[in-house]
Amino acid sequence: MVRFGKAPLLSRLAHISRRRWLFAAALLVGLFTTGCGPQYVLLRPAGPVATKELHLFELAGIAMGIVIVSVFVLYAVTIIRFRDRPGNRAPYMPNWHGHRLLEPLWFIVPAILLTIIAIPTVGVTYQLAHLPKARDPVVIDVTSLQWKWLFEYPGQHIATVNYLVIPTGEPVLFELTADSPMNTFWVPQLGGMEYTMPGRVLPLWLEASHPGEFWGHSGNFSGTGFASMFFHVKAVSPARFAAWAQRVHRTASPMTLADYHRLLTFNVVGESSYGAYPRSTFPSTKTGFVLQGGMYMPMHNDPRKD
Amino acid sequence: MALPGWMLYLIHTLFPADTRRPTELGADVLIIATGAILFYILIIKGRWRHVWTEWITTVDHKKIAVLYLIGAIAMLFRAGVDALMLRTQLALPHQHLLSALEYDQLFTTHGTIMIFFMAMPFIFALFNAVIPLQIGSRDVAFPRLNAMSFWLFAFGALLLNMSFVVGGSPSAGWTAYPPLSENVFLPGVGQNYYLMSLLIAGIGTTMTGINFVVTILRMRAPGMTLMKLPLFAWSALMTSALIIFAFPPLTVALSMTLIDRLFQSSFFTLGHGGMPMMYVNLFWLFGHPEVYIVVLPAFGIFSEVVATFSSKRLFGYEVMVASLVSIMFLAYGTWVHHFFTMGAGPAVNAFFGLSTMLIAIPTGVKIFNWIFTMWGGRIRMTVAMLYQMAFIPTFVIGGATGIILATVPVDYQFHNTYFLVAHFHNVLIGGTLFGLLSGMYYWWPKMFGMKLDEHQGKWAFWLFFLGFWVTFFPQYLLGLEGMQRRMNTYPFGLGWHLLNVISTIGAFGMGAAFIVLVYNVVWSLRYGERDLTGDAWDGRTLEWAISSPAPEYNFARIPVITDRDPWWAMKESGATLANSLSPADIHAIEMPKNTPVPFLLGASFFLFGFGMVFSWWYVAVLGLLCVIATLIYSGFNYEEHALLTADVIRGTEASLGRLQA
Repeated sequence: MVRFGKAPLLSRLAHISRRRWLFAAALLVGLFTTGCGPQYVLLRPAGPVATKELHLFELAGIAMGIVIVSVFVLYAVTIIRFRDRPGNRAPYMPNWHGHRLLEPLWFIVPAILLTIIAIPTVGVTYQLAHLPKARDPVVIDVTSLQWKWLFEYPGQHIATVNYLVIPTGEPVLFELTADSPMNTFWVPQLGGMEYTMPGRVLPLWLEASHPGEFWGHSGNFSGTGFASMFFHVKAVSPARFAAWAQRVHRTASPMTLADYHRLLTFNVVGESSYGAYPRSTFPSTKTGFVLQGGMYMPMHNDPRKD
Repeated sequence: MALPGWMLYLIHTLFPADTRRPTELGADVLIIATGAILFYILIIKGRWRHVWTEWITTVDHKKIAVLYLIGAIAMLFRAGVDALMLRTQLALPHQHLLSALEYDQLFTTHGTIMIFFMAMPFIFALFNAVIPLQIGSRDVAFPRLNAMSFWLFAFGALLLNMSFVVGGSPSAGWTAYPPLSENVFLPGVGQNYYLMSLLIAGIGTTMTGINFVVTILRMRAPGMTLMKLPLFAWSALMTSALIIFAFPPLTVALSMTLIDRLFQSSFFTLGHGGMPMMYVNLFWLFGHPEVYIVVLPAFGIFSEVVATFSSKRLFGYEVMVASLVSIMFLAYGTWVHHFFTMGAGPAVNAFFGLSTMLIAIPTGVKIFNWIFTMWGGRIRMTVAMLYQMAFIPTFVIGGATGIILATVPVDYQFHNTYFLVAHFHNVLIGGTLFGLLSGMYYWWPKMFGMKLDEHQGKWAFWLFFLGFWVTFFPQYLLGLEGMQRRMNTYPFGLGWHLLNVISTIGAFGMGAAFIVLVYNVVWSLRYGERDLTGDAWDGRTLEWAISSPAPEYNFARIPVITDRDPWWAMKESGATLANSLSPADIHAIEMPKNTPVPFLLGASFFLFGFGMVFSWWYVAVLGLLCVIATLIYSGFNYEEHALLTADVIRGTEASLGRLQA
């Protein structure tokens, strides 16, 4: 009973003037070419985490593209064909209200598409919770403050403000906390973000495959200085990283508790480096979580108590 | 000249620096002008008595609907102006038209008002206008409670809007995550306004939920089984069920923050063992069902509109009902997807990612059923139908990007970016607002007895639809460029400027659409095509069987329902309510009497809220005492019904030409 009317659909579409088609095509091309610029940081991964996330995005995008296109085609056919116009010879079925084969179809097809997305989603979610090559990664303790980032390197005994240097080709473990309202620690080209929360330490690993410079920013609003919560990430070879860390440790003046308290002031500051820092400024990692077999295991203690 | 100390205290408390900026002073002027106009109309022209007896003390669901609608449109204006100011500030990089604080305040009030004081009352306007008529009832189950709900909403909205000019606005975002929303980071009264206004309006919302659950379950016309209930009524039932169980967590979260702020406890504070993440859990335990609270009514509206304007039965009614019910249950199981990035662990994240994908299936099924309702019909392109037709592609894209965000590792990247902003505006405007506007154009003749001009309405529609896409499509791309939401400005070098300019242009398109829409309403109220048939669109459900606007008592005789589309079936068989009603069928009807209690209750809560906001305990206690006194007075008022005699009803029906000679 479901048939096309006498006038073929394509000839009706052809009646839409050529100029309009050209305009629409130009608009689409314009929008998609802007999608190729280097400013699209989420499409320009620089490490395995961001790459995995991008691949999943592409998979979900394609599956959803299939849904969008098929619904749009069906929809366009429907509204062109069954518009209330004089002389419309498409069948009129005022009491047609169900179909035993069609109705299950649109349960099954979306369910299949979603399963295709869901399986790798779960897989990658678990993968990203494991730190690969867990032997002694570079650890960076991140504290978000109002409105600045404090990065402490417990292995290298140095600290920086608003900029990071990381070694390439190996995972870096970030331990995130806040002495401020919540922010998220995010370097788009290296991978997804995680919250920095007061009273908790959350783990996040990222890796840069090649040397390069990236920007990072907070993803959670934290007050009037929020827009300024940019930081700068420089990925260098492990050898140059070690040399940089030693140089900072030797040359930069150490951070005192008074310095730390100055950082707690609500203001925006530039970049700076410290050759040492008091350990009490970061909750001990052992109380926040531990690495077990390459997987983060939370410890059920309040890190603030130690 | 030295002012006395108490006066200085009052000026500094009520009018701190951030209420003395040009925008606020402009608002002051507007408020004073509006006040003068109201004073002129009410007092000088003597309309006070009419407004008091017909509107302020009314318990008639149809009038309460009009009040809600006025409130919703006013709030749409306020929050829309907020949005235009935000977009103007973001149009160019390094721009400082607005200070950071002002920007923060505007996006906070924009979100809060759009959700709580625009979408919610708009939904309740349509519930009130339509549900009792659709189910063949003379009013809602608790008419006085219904009026109380409205006045609690109205005074809650007043309290929140007042913050702009008195005391200072909230600025922690509509989600108001602690510890940012605590005293240490945001001293001042702004956050108190946010908390008190939502708590007060929340009482009203919860009561509305209860009211409509009881109304729909208990007051259907004889013969209208649940499986003959129109889909809009089904969506109202599911929405109300969501409200009843979703608002308590919000109330808890807000109350605890309020106690933190006013009484220095530390539920969610930075130090002293506060647990900010617990607030986030509680908030989204409310917040995610809330998303469905605002979108399910739109689904219901579309189901009515698409059947009417395709002149065809709704396709797959049983499946539509089943999907509404399953969405209602699943809505409680997805809240963690708002914070996958808070380190809940892979098992929790995977679970909530999958549950979010699962909820897409019943939603997608509805899309296909709407399309197949049109298939084999005759589609009439009225304004109401245009909004429905714009909704389908818009919502499909919004839903698809929702699935992308439910893909947990992808969300790690997209969390809080403009991709997210584009997604939720895509579903909230494309779903909720298109639905509400469709419903407004559809039921306008039933509410006011005249059609909204279609030609003007189409102008508003196209401006709105195109403006919407020009605004929000670039925001998806901005998300891919890594732009975060709630940034008050951005540097030049990141390549974000071009898309931001385009987005701002689109926003002004939507602003123009609003102006055309208001013109359309005002013009149509004066010159619009009157609807004398009561059935302006060749409708299918029961509300079109009676005259427009419906008489006070709705149905002179409650009809017996035998079909899912009762009015369509009646028209098919040639037996209408109009020609089947004989004078002998009409009996006296007991109607609820007007009462000032709801208004006074709202005013008392306002006083209480105002006292709490400024920590003026005497005022707060006085307000609370007024609340108790009003309730006691209301409890001892036994004369709450009045009898409408059969003669009066016969007269009314005869004058409408709906009585057998």
